[in-house]
Amino acid sequence: MEDVPSPIPIASAPKGVTRRNFYVGAIYGIGAAIAAALGIPAAVYLLFPPKIRQADQWIEIGDVTSLAADSPAEMTFRHNRVDGWKVSSEKATAWVVKHSDNSVTAFGPQCTHLGCAYHWDDGKSEFICPCHNSLFSIDGKVTAGPAPRPLDRYETRIDGKKLLIGRLIVPERQA
Amino acid sequence: MRRRWDRARAWLDHRTGVDTAVRQFLYEEIPASSGWQQVFGSVAVFLFLVQAFTGALLAFNYAPTPGDAYNSLRYILTELTAGRLIRGLHHWGASMMIVVVVLHMVQVFLYGAYKKPREATWMVGVVLLLVTLAYGLTGYLLPWDNRAYWGTVVTTRIAGSAPIVGPYLTRLLGGGGSVGVVTFARFYGMHVLLLPPATILLIALHVFLVRKHGVAPAPGDEVLPRKKFFPAQVFKDTMAIFVAFAILYTLALVARVPLEQLADPTDTSYIPRPEWYFLFLFQTLKLFPGPLEVLGSVVLPGLAVLTLIVVPFLDRGRLVKVTKRTFAIAAVLLAAIGWGGLTAAAVATTPKTQEAAQIDYSTPTDWLQLTPPEMAGIAYFRQERCESCHVSGDGSSKIGPDLTQASIHKDAAWMIQHFKRPSAMRPGTAMPPIQLSDAQLNSLAAFLLKLTPANASALGNAPEFATAGALVYQAKQCGGCHMVNGNGAKIGPPLNGLAQRRSRSWVEEHFANPDALSPGSMMPPYSLSPKDMADLTSYLFSLPEPQ
Repeated sequence: MEDVPSPIPIASAPKGVTRRNFYVGAIYGIGAAIAAALGIPAAVYLLFPPKIRQADQWIEIGDVTSLAADSPAEMTFRHNRVDGWKVSSEKATAWVVKHSDNSVTAFGPQCTHLGCAYHWDDGKSEFICPCHNSLFSIDGKVTAGPAPRPLDRYETRIDGKKLLIGRLIVPERQA
Repeated sequence: MRRRWDRARAWLDHRTGVDTAVRQFLYEEIPASSGWQQVFGSVAVFLFLVQAFTGALLAFNYAPTPGDAYNSLRYILTELTAGRLIRGLHHWGASMMIVVVVLHMVQVFLYGAYKKPREATWMVGVVLLLVTLAYGLTGYLLPWDNRAYWGTVVTTRIAGSAPIVGPYLTRLLGGGGSVGVVTFARFYGMHVLLLPPATILLIALHVFLVRKHGVAPAPGDEVLPRKKFFPAQVFKDTMAIFVAFAILYTLALVARVPLEQLADPTDTSYIPRPEWYFLFLFQTLKLFPGPLEVLGSVVLPGLAVLTLIVVPFLDRGRLVKVTKRTFAIAAVLLAAIGWGGLTAAAVATTPKTQEAAQIDYSTPTDWLQLTPPEMAGIAYFRQERCESCHVSGDGSSKIGPDLTQASIHKDAAWMIQHFKRPSAMRPGTAMPPIQLSDAQLNSLAAFLLKLTPANASALGNAPEFATAGALVYQAKQCGGCHMVNGNGAKIGPPLNGLAQRRSRSWVEEHFANPDALSPGSMMPPYSLSPKDMADLTSYLFSLPEPQ
């Protein structure tokens, strides 16, 4: 504070730690400590993601035997979406492909470009997004259009005849 | 560097005048007698800022409607990092603000600082005290738990009993004596939209008046040279703020702010209690029975506020040294004794046992979903001190394996064999055999099979009464006829929701003689020790309502 030209000249201003210097230092120091003690928890509170207390759930979405090989089908299911303090039951869909070796892939229903709903075109044998003409092959790879990465995939598990899906996995950007 | 900095400041000051304004504010002249006794006003302003800051943070994750309010507060407390700290600061900050505002008033009163020409400063101060209390009153409802709901029911009834204005107040507070969505919206609106700007304006007016008249001098100040506000007095204020903040922070970190169950307007057994600073009013009410009640609820508090406002006109004497103001000191002492006595009486008459056992909903309550065998398993887990060798998913390591790991969760039969003869199942293990019966080991295994890294600490929150109650429940084989959380038989009535159907005393009498209370009942009588009876009943009353 010595650098602030004071309108009232200070009578004695000796070098070193004066009483005045000590006061000013303490005022700034305590002010900074309190600001940090409030500001750091506030940043943590606003920026850290909430603890996920819902264990990963597997949702049964249908009968795997009803699927024809290499013919993608849109399957609808309900899942619980955790949204802050709310858990809401929502309808969701997945595009499911049964491969010739009986393994199954389930794609998230949104185009990876801007989130439009895409669909399977039987004639062209490709997934087509109507918004900006992104095309995806049956294994989810981008074949044309602005989509930056392959289709998102759900974790899948087959339990007898039942097809179960887990979390949605977002793949890396396609080279 | 310094010259550049000075030039930048000069430029800014020339354009805005901010430097000059700050300097004028800081270099105010104050009487020579000023000192530590004058720090409380600054501390009150500081606490108001803390309340505004933490309040805004809470609002970022809070849904201001009944029901959602409770869920979002639980989300803040149990799922957000530092959420508990932020709420703790806001909760204890409110109490501290009342304390500091009252200390500030006591200081001003004792020093006679309200005297001519400072009457208006004092009166604005009294209004600020009322505003502070209004924050406490409206904020009390916002968690929407039982405490909040029933406390507010009483408050709104009192407001409604006021002579002449009662019916209008009732309508203003959102309804015909019931507390619901409208009342909630009004209280929330008051708390976050109306009161904060009012506080800011009143503080500005209050400080303006203090500056206009200057800090009140003490006798003898007229012959001494005046001091500057900065830095010596600012340093004292800052030190006081630091002490207040340290106390507040410690309280927020250490003292748990309870959250009771979601507000239940049908809960007839709940005994509402106001916040501690309103307890004296609550007790005053009891001194005026029947038709005189309005005296204690409205007339007396109203007169007290009025007296406080006109204090400067009642005491018009000249400035006197604080140590010679015997009458003022006596008045403060009398008020303190009266307040303390009424508060102590209210605390002393608070019934100890509540109908339903108190569950702290400010921590995760996953344990509420456990079946009786699993809950009894927690009791054996604690009794056998499993945690001295094992951890449950908190990342640290001890001699034994982490019990939340799926790899050690085999089937119950394997686990029971392992508990009995650890080395037979796992050669070379250091684990000693557990000396419990098969049924008890079965419970322990049931609990361990339920453990996951995500729920370990939440299950660890299970209170003593619940685990002890589950032990009694298992020992008496209640599950042979009754269903709890989907476990047991359906011969007798399911026990979830018992708290909504029966009173505690009914259940306790029913154990001793079922046939007398429900004729034709197949249930045999049970004679339980008082502790077993209390634990079992508390446990049954804590069960979640059926979905």
